[in-house]
Amino acid sequence: MKTPVTLEQAQLRTRRVLLIGGVLATAWILLPLYFLLINAFSSPETVSQFPKAYWPEGNTESMAFLLGFQGVISALINSLAVAAMTMVISIFLGAPAGYAIARYDFPGKTSFRMLIMLTRAFPLPLLALPLLALPLAVFFIRHGIDDTLWGLAMVHSMLALPFAVLITYSLFSGVPVELEEAAWVFGCNKWQAFTRVVMPLAAPGLAASAVFAFVISWNEVFAAAVLTIENRTLTAFLLQSLNTSPVYLKFAGGALLVVPATIFMFLIRKHLFAMWGISNR
Amino acid sequence: MSSRWLPYALIAPVTVFIAALFLYPFVMVASQAFTGSDGALTLAHFRTMVDHWKFAGALKNTLWLAAIVVPLQLCLALALAQMVTRLQRGRDTMLYIWTIPLGISDLAAGIIWLAIFEQTGFLNTLMMGVGVVNEPVGFLGYANLGTTLLAVVMAEVWRATAIVLVILVSGMGLIPKEYNEAAEVFGAGAWTKFWRMTLPLLKPSLQTALILRTILAFEVFAVVAVLSGTQFPVLMGETYERQFTLQDSAVASAYAMVILGISIVSTAFFLRFLRTPEGVRA
Repeated sequence: MKTPVTLEQAQLRTRRVLLIGGVLATAWILLPLYFLLINAFSSPETVSQFPKAYWPEGNTESMAFLLGFQGVISALINSLAVAAMTMVISIFLGAPAGYAIARYDFPGKTSFRMLIMLTRAFPLPLLALPLLALPLAVFFIRHGIDDTLWGLAMVHSMLALPFAVLITYSLFSGVPVELEEAAWVFGCNKWQAFTRVVMPLAAPGLAASAVFAFVISWNEVFAAAVLTIENRTLTAFLLQSLNTSPVYLKFAGGALLVVPATIFMFLIRKHLFAMWGISNR
Repeated sequence: MSSRWLPYALIAPVTVFIAALFLYPFVMVASQAFTGSDGALTLAHFRTMVDHWKFAGALKNTLWLAAIVVPLQLCLALALAQMVTRLQRGRDTMLYIWTIPLGISDLAAGIIWLAIFEQTGFLNTLMMGVGVVNEPVGFLGYANLGTTLLAVVMAEVWRATAIVLVILVSGMGLIPKEYNEAAEVFGAGAWTKFWRMTLPLLKPSLQTALILRTILAFEVFAVVAVLSGTQFPVLMGETYERQFTLQDSAVASAYAMVILGISIVSTAFFLRFLRTPEGVRA
């Protein structure tokens, strides 16, 4: 006969399942990252050895080799440049729109917001990614301006913009309109009230949404590989040298891609959670 | 400027930018895929694409991969989301760790799983250590298509489950707590609550997550390129090959139209079959 389960027993069992599941899921995410770091921070000889050690040597030879490799430094600079341009474009185009839907009621506001929401829910830019990169490549080649970094930055901005509008919208909604009105009462015009009152309050969030745009661009592979041939970004470089580069170079390159992105995402995690609607209830 | 026009001035730049960079490429790719060198309408590029021996394999592989990966991700994300909502302490830390892959490029994810699946990699080290095998086994490459597929699936599940998790967790946050209490009052167990309450109320989020993930699964590219080279053709890989290596952008455009086509069909499918009837929304 089955003994009835008491409430305490049930709670205990739930807690145990949660604990085991949580540990497993955490290991599932972190272990592969750890393996990459072991390889990236071991000497080229160790990387091709078998069996593998479970601890990194703390050797930076592979990393140094990668950075000394023909074209890697310029690829790194190109990646940073494109990501920076993406950051600037998406903030300067996205933030005004975010402010407009947060502060004003105007005819067409609902449909504009729907459009932006749609690009998040049914991601048109993602749907269009192969479509987006290809004609621009053709266009650039035809006009002799292929390989421009700003062309790639425009494609990446397209991917980052819906997010920029959504983050800045929730950001400006969080700044009480009364503060702005108070500034008007004290003689500020609209622009002054915005720069002196709203901006300082919204700055950390704006920085977060800029960082998110940066990471989107930093990580993007397909458009970068199709649109840049001479001025390759880091992802384009790594993809195109997959067949020719020794294995330790791949791991060092992978770590070079992963580490900055992960640090950035860590720094802005609270804002990301807020944007995704999973902040603490 | 009067405040009547100000909001429009503020949203104009982004609207123009999105419209220009979305519509222009779309029209251009479509016209390129359907016009010949003489400017007349033609299906020649599609014929070239379909007649190439790699096309059928690429299409089949892409569809299979999506059919395996997306359901796996959905189940895993549902389990993780259930755990997150029950956590009392450490909820944010867990969520942060489980969403780390969102900040990781698909290329990097491929490289990460290469470290595990390569012949001198960590999986072989582990299997030797436990004594399952006596010498390192080849997992990747032409002779091991099955395990190559497994490696790609693992890398994809590892990398892209996080986005589904995020959508489902925020969806679960929208379900009123009172529903849960009511279900408990009427004596519903954990499974009954999950199947009869959580899942139906989560339908809009499930729909969004499935649409997004399926489209992204059709665009799988860098993970496959790292783990299998050209052994395992997929649609995006062939598009890249045509555009970059063979400099044949007309056939590349034809490939892009195929990817767009299957994306639209899958989106329409999920919109139709996971429809939430009016008035039932939470």
